[in-house]
This record gives sequence, C-alpha cells and structure tokens, in this order.
Amino acid sequence: MGESERTERPIVIKALHKSFGDQTVLNGIDLAVEQGETLAILGRSGTGKSVLLKLIIGLQEPDSGSIRVHGQEITGLALNELNEVRKKVGFLFQYAALYDSLTVEENVAFPLKRHAALSAEEQKERVRELLSSVGMEQHLEKMPSKISGGMQKRVGLARALALEPDVLLFDEPTAGLDPITAREIGDLILRLQEQRKRACIMVTHDIPNAKTVSDRLALMDGGDILAEGTFKDLQESRNEFVAQFLRNAF
Amino acid sequence: MDTSAFSAAWMGLSGRLKSHLPATKSLLVTFFEWFGDLGIFCGRLARSTFVPPYEARELVRQLDEIGTKSLPLVALAGAATGAVLALELRDSLTVFGAKALLPAVIIFSIVKESGPIITGLVVSGRVAAGIGAELGSMKVTEQIDAIEVSAVDPYKFLAATRVLACVLMLPLLTLAADFCGILVGWVTDTLMQPISFRLFLESGLKSVNFNDFLPPTFKTAVFGLIIGLVGCFQGMRTQGGTEGVGRSATNSVVLCSLFIILADVLLVRLILVFFP
Repeated sequence: MGESERTERPIVIKALHKSFGDQTVLNGIDLAVEQGETLAILGRSGTGKSVLLKLIIGLQEPDSGSIRVHGQEITGLALNELNEVRKKVGFLFQYAALYDSLTVEENVAFPLKRHAALSAEEQKERVRELLSSVGMEQHLEKMPSKISGGMQKRVGLARALALEPDVLLFDEPTAGLDPITAREIGDLILRLQEQRKRACIMVTHDIPNAKTVSDRLALMDGGDILAEGTFKDLQESRNEFVAQFLRNAF
Repeated sequence: MDTSAFSAAWMGLSGRLKSHLPATKSLLVTFFEWFGDLGIFCGRLARSTFVPPYEARELVRQLDEIGTKSLPLVALAGAATGAVLALELRDSLTVFGAKALLPAVIIFSIVKESGPIITGLVVSGRVAAGIGAELGSMKVTEQIDAIEVSAVDPYKFLAATRVLACVLMLPLLTLAADFCGILVGWVTDTLMQPISFRLFLESGLKSVNFNDFLPPTFKTAVFGLIIGLVGCFQGMRTQGGTEGVGRSATNSVVLCSLFIILADVLLVRLILVFFP
C-alpha cells in the first residue's frame, strides 16, 4: 500500500446515485469512514443499505458518483484491478453465503488458496487460526448445511478475514439469529475490531447491536442519509423519523 | 361474401392482431435478449477459460461429477437402445430376407446415431438440470457474489470448469453407450438365435470404417458444449428465489434437449458432406 493510500480515508463516497428502473434507491449519498472506525447504517427495509455495500465492493455499478477505497476510485475499474481492491475488503453476507459443496475448512481456505503465497501447511495453520478466532476450530470438517445459522455467520466472518483486509463490510450480521447468538456475533465483531483497527461498515436493523458495536451511525431513508452521528447524537435528533425509528427499536 | 361482411371480418382480424401485438413484441424482445445475453456470457466465458490461472482441481471434480456419475445412466440407456434395436430389426429384416445383416444394422445404427443422440439427451436431462439448479441456488443464496467478492472469477471457477468437463466427457460417455448398446444388442440377438460375440462383431464391423465411427462420436463434444453453456447460463442468471431455481433447472433441460436435436440435424449434414 502506498503512502498516499495510507493517508487517505479507507472509504469515501461522494454523490452516489443508483436506480433500478423507475425506483431511485440511492439519491446522492455522501459518506466517509475513518481507519479503525465502525459505521452502522440503519434504515427501513428496501432503502438501499445492502445495495450501498454491493456498490462499495463492485458487485453493482452506480449510475453516477464516486466510491474511493483507500484512495482508489473503484467505479469503472477493469475486473483485474477491481479484484486487487476486493482483496483488501472483507464482506460478510446476510446469510453468510458459504459454499454448499465445500467444508467449513475449505470455505475459509478458498480465498487463501488463490491469493496467499502460503504452503499447504501454512495455509492449514492459517485456516485453523482464523476459525479459532471466531470459535469454530472444532468444526473444520463439517459441511455448511450441518451447522447453525450463527455458526455459519462465524465461518463467513473467518472467510472475510482470510486475506487480512483493511476494510470490512457486514450485511446484516445478526439477521435471522436469536438475541443471544446475535449478541455473541456483535461481541465477536467488537473483539476483532479491538484486536485490529479496521474500517467497518455494518448494515443492520439490530439497533442494540449497532449501538454496542459501532462508533457512528447513519440512518438512511428515501435514498438519502437522514441523520449521522453517535448514538447519542441520533437520540437527540429533532427529526421525527429518526426519533420514531429509535423509539420502535427498543 | 359481400363487401361489408369481408370488411367486418377484416376489422375483427386486424383488431385481434393489434391486441396481440404487445405480447408478440415482448416475446420477440425476450427471445433476442436471451440470445444477446448468451452471446455476452459466451464472450466472458471464453476470456475466463483461456486466461490463467486455471482451476484444475475444480475441473477434475466436475469431470467426476459430470462424467463418472453419469456413466451408469448412459450405460443403461445405451443397453436399452441395443435391446430395442435387436428386437425391432429382427422382424423387419426377416420380412426383407436380410436377417444376416442384423449385426451390421445394429452396430451401424448405434455407432452412427442412436448412441450419440441418446447419450446427449440422457446427459442433458441429468447434467443440465443439475448445473442449472446448482448454480441457480448459488446465485439466489449469494454464493456467486461471495466468489466474486473473494476476487475469484465465477465464470472461470464455476462455468468454464463445467463447460470443459461436459465437452470432454460426452465423447467418452458415448463410447460407453455404444459399447453397452452393441453388447446388449448381441445378447438379445443371441437369445433368439445363438451367435458368438466374435461372429456378431465380425459381421457387424465388416463394413464400418473410422469415418462411420469417429465423427459421430466426436460430434457429442458439441452436445457437451450445449449442455455446459445452457446449464451454466441459465443457472447464473437465475432470479426469484427457489421458484427461480426450479425454473432454471427446467429451462436448462428443455433448451438443451431442443438445441441438441437441432444441432444433431446440422452436424449429421456436415458429417455427410465432410466424411462421405
């Protein structure tokens, strides 16, 4: 990573627009995340939170606007250049998206095999280390269908961390989990963030978890960011929608 | 018919045509869109297939999945074809006083057409549906997105390996179908009128040369290409949850069977031109 990239904020989004047909999903979003900061993006279903994450990782193309990851503009990049950026970004999918045909160990080894210059033994060791960091070292040989939703999220997190990314994107990390498991996942994210300060964006509906894990929150509505700040800032907001959203969460 | 009746009938017909126009237009657009998307898919797949690094381990896994696991089904279909041909042709050839030609007709028929087309259709039923459903399910559960996010090209990892495996395995599976068909054709024949396998083969293969055997066997590589391409294409463009997965699997089989039959007509004509 060059000196200029290091000094740049890890994620800077400017005037981002995205529509699907007649439906405007993102209407000129501006957002930035500092190194070591966790930003939680809240909002009602269908407000474009997950789309925003997919735009940041290059799974979708924006209609207009700029997305810079470590100073590099990712819109309009060629696939091989985009893949270089993707290696620095970890992504945890809403339902973990583990590969059905691979074991837990093979799922975590998938990016390592292709992008890390490790011997077979080193790779095995790294996979064990990653699974151990999420408390899944006992389940190496299991298939994803044989483990619970919470365990799948942990394995998904280990896979997202495999290439030691500087940026982590979480798409609803606690969706579909019981409150205790959701809390465990939240604690795990917090612990990983304390160990190594990454820039994180977490899209979630789980406000208690967002309050615990994130440094800053942004509330999206109608394709825009309605309010942004610490949890206290949002609580003190005079915006009726923000107040109603937080009130309904507790 | 007087003029007013004709005019009324014409008005009615043109009104009906007009009412069907939007539906016809949309159908045509969908038809051309499908082929356009397939063209783009093929272009991206071709780039991914020939540019290193190669997914050798996944290719080997697919060779096993598509080839080895289709073998029992293909062998059974080939055997059944041999038995049916022996049973049906015996009576027909007896009527024309050409019973002695039975081994030659069975072998000719299996090697030149029945073996390849049966293999293509049976494998399209098993493999195209499997690929369509598997990739469709991976698409709707974001597994394909997860591959992309891992900086791995899903066209290379998922599609290229499957298409290559289909192209490589179809000729081999055809050989297995041909062998089983000929073997069971002989067994059926010998049960009605004993004849040694050696004599059956000798009289059957007397007038068969490599031009009768190699082009029809290798044309199944094209069937493999169709199965791999259509299955992967349908799977990777799946939308709409589990219902979409079912639709992808069904469409894969239907389209593959149709394209294999159409390709067969074209290939048979080409073989007749280039290998007379």
